[in-house]
Amino acid sequence: MSQVNGGTGRPAILVEGLTKSFGEVHALRGIDLSVPRGTVLGVLGPNGAGKTTAVRILTTLMRPDGGRAEVEGYDVVRDAAAVRRTIGLAGQSAAIQEELTGRENLEIIGRLYHLSWPRARSRATELLEQFGLSDAADRSAKNYSGGMQRRLDLAASLVGRPRVLFLDEPTTGLDPRSRLGMWDIIRSLAAGGTTLLLTTQYLDEADELADQIVVIDHGVVIAAGTAEELKGRVGGDVVEFTVPDRRRLADAVAAIAKIVEGDGEAGGQPHADPETGVIYIGVGGRGSDALIEAVRSLDGAGIETHDLRLRRPSLDDVFLALTGHAAEEEEEQPNRRRRGRRARRAEDAGAAS
Amino acid sequence: MSTMVESADVTSAGEPGWRTRFGWAITDTLTITRRNLLVWMRVPAYLVFTVIQPVMFVLLFRYVFGGAIHVAGNYVNFLMPGIIAQTAAFATFGTAIALAQELKKGVIDRLRSMPMARSAVLAGRLVADTGRMLVTILIIVGVGYAVGFRFSNGVVPAIAMVLLATVFGLAICCISAYTGLAIGDEESVQAFGLIWLFPLTFLSSAFVPIATMPGWLQAFANNQPVTYVIDTMRALALGGPVVPSLWKSLVWLAGIFVVFLPLAVRAYRRAS
Repeated sequence: MSQVNGGTGRPAILVEGLTKSFGEVHALRGIDLSVPRGTVLGVLGPNGAGKTTAVRILTTLMRPDGGRAEVEGYDVVRDAAAVRRTIGLAGQSAAIQEELTGRENLEIIGRLYHLSWPRARSRATELLEQFGLSDAADRSAKNYSGGMQRRLDLAASLVGRPRVLFLDEPTTGLDPRSRLGMWDIIRSLAAGGTTLLLTTQYLDEADELADQIVVIDHGVVIAAGTAEELKGRVGGDVVEFTVPDRRRLADAVAAIAKIVEGDGEAGGQPHADPETGVIYIGVGGRGSDALIEAVRSLDGAGIETHDLRLRRPSLDDVFLALTGHAAEEEEEQPNRRRRGRRARRAEDAGAAS
Repeated sequence: MSTMVESADVTSAGEPGWRTRFGWAITDTLTITRRNLLVWMRVPAYLVFTVIQPVMFVLLFRYVFGGAIHVAGNYVNFLMPGIIAQTAAFATFGTAIALAQELKKGVIDRLRSMPMARSAVLAGRLVADTGRMLVTILIIVGVGYAVGFRFSNGVVPAIAMVLLATVFGLAICCISAYTGLAIGDEESVQAFGLIWLFPLTFLSSAFVPIATMPGWLQAFANNQPVTYVIDTMRALALGGPVVPSLWKSLVWLAGIFVVFLPLAVRAYRRAS
């Protein structure tokens, strides 16, 4: 079986036509992925897009309905045991035993990877040090901060020295500082040659960490590429402002459209929301120059604005550019309510892991 | 053959033989058992639930209600086998709650994604909880002795009584493990436990002679497994005919294992 693993050309993760349904809810509707060894794939999508379901299938926690998936050349259904020897998983919540100390948590995981006691101990010490938990090693994990618990959880997923690591929304619920700390750790793992698949709801996270990004919505891959390529689809940075006088909305759209005219790279179309009076437009990589031009142009047209600002494109912008609907928008699914409890339970079950 | 050194690494690929896997199933079960016992000792609330509560029941029935309950012989001798069986049954609340918690926190997902023996999580849970139960039972026997209870049928039957109580507790443990994994929510599990465990233990021969109950209740109390088990325990502790209630107990317990152990295993496999 180790022969299968011999070829280096084979991707670390290969997914073809993967489908999975929970009752009437089609969580995955034919997903294809290919993650080369030693690279980081960011799976970007809103809640309920199917990210967690995909991770659960790849980590052998769930069987697919159709299609196939391989990790390091092992089929996740037929060679599940071999897959489990190659992977690590850190889910959305800290899957640690809070009553035990950080050290005990890692030692027990080490023992369950069939390390001898001395090796389990030294591996635990090593990881505690690597994750900045040495000082707290012998304190009960209950008293750890949220960020520390997640670090311990991530450390636990590395005890078996996985070649492929799955991180399901590794920073969801963390404060900004812990989030940056987590990013550093993930970057160093990637630098160490571990193949990583991480799911996230945040474009900036995928941008920071991933070599390649796939965007999933309603169980299908709607876009794939590097962060730059995806942002190109949005048009780079975004200028956004509010027009308090709704009657001048059309004038404002015309005025703002001028600032990207003749700029092939940006090529953004202004979006106007008549309800809120919010207008935004992709301005490519021109950043603050575009902002200054926007001020001039709007001022020249005599349009009063609020909250004029330049911002990075968000997941919403990517979604809007790709799908024409916002990430969290529900109205496109009139049958969501009818799908009812069972559907949401299935999604929650996915999300809870 | 320097590559042999490499293949000693447990995380390297290649299917281990059945002998290795069987060995792992044992060591993994012991690791999980050890972890569960550590957790149990770290949380004072668990100790209170599993030890203090049954002690309070002993004192309550011995000194508060006991005077009003009339049985042939000394009430404390009638009471203790009942309390011990109830203690064993109630100890399984912890089983259900712990599994529901682990499920919710993602601990079970983590363990299921690891190359450990899949049977070990449930097996380790049952072993740890049975050990915990045995300790509790012995403490309660000690408390019973302090308030006047005496075994009057010899040492071997006394040991058999403790053993039967433990096997009974283990059977109930399987039911609790199943409910914990199937429901998967700590509070619901707790509420549900009250709904089936309270009636099952109180509507039995545990605390009062069944003859004092109304007829329709007697029909239930006389024919349910907890009564058979407690009647057997009483006969073992105090003397009297053991066999009639013993075989009924064993048939019931076997039935519970046969139904609920596979259900718990299935719930574990499907747990998400």
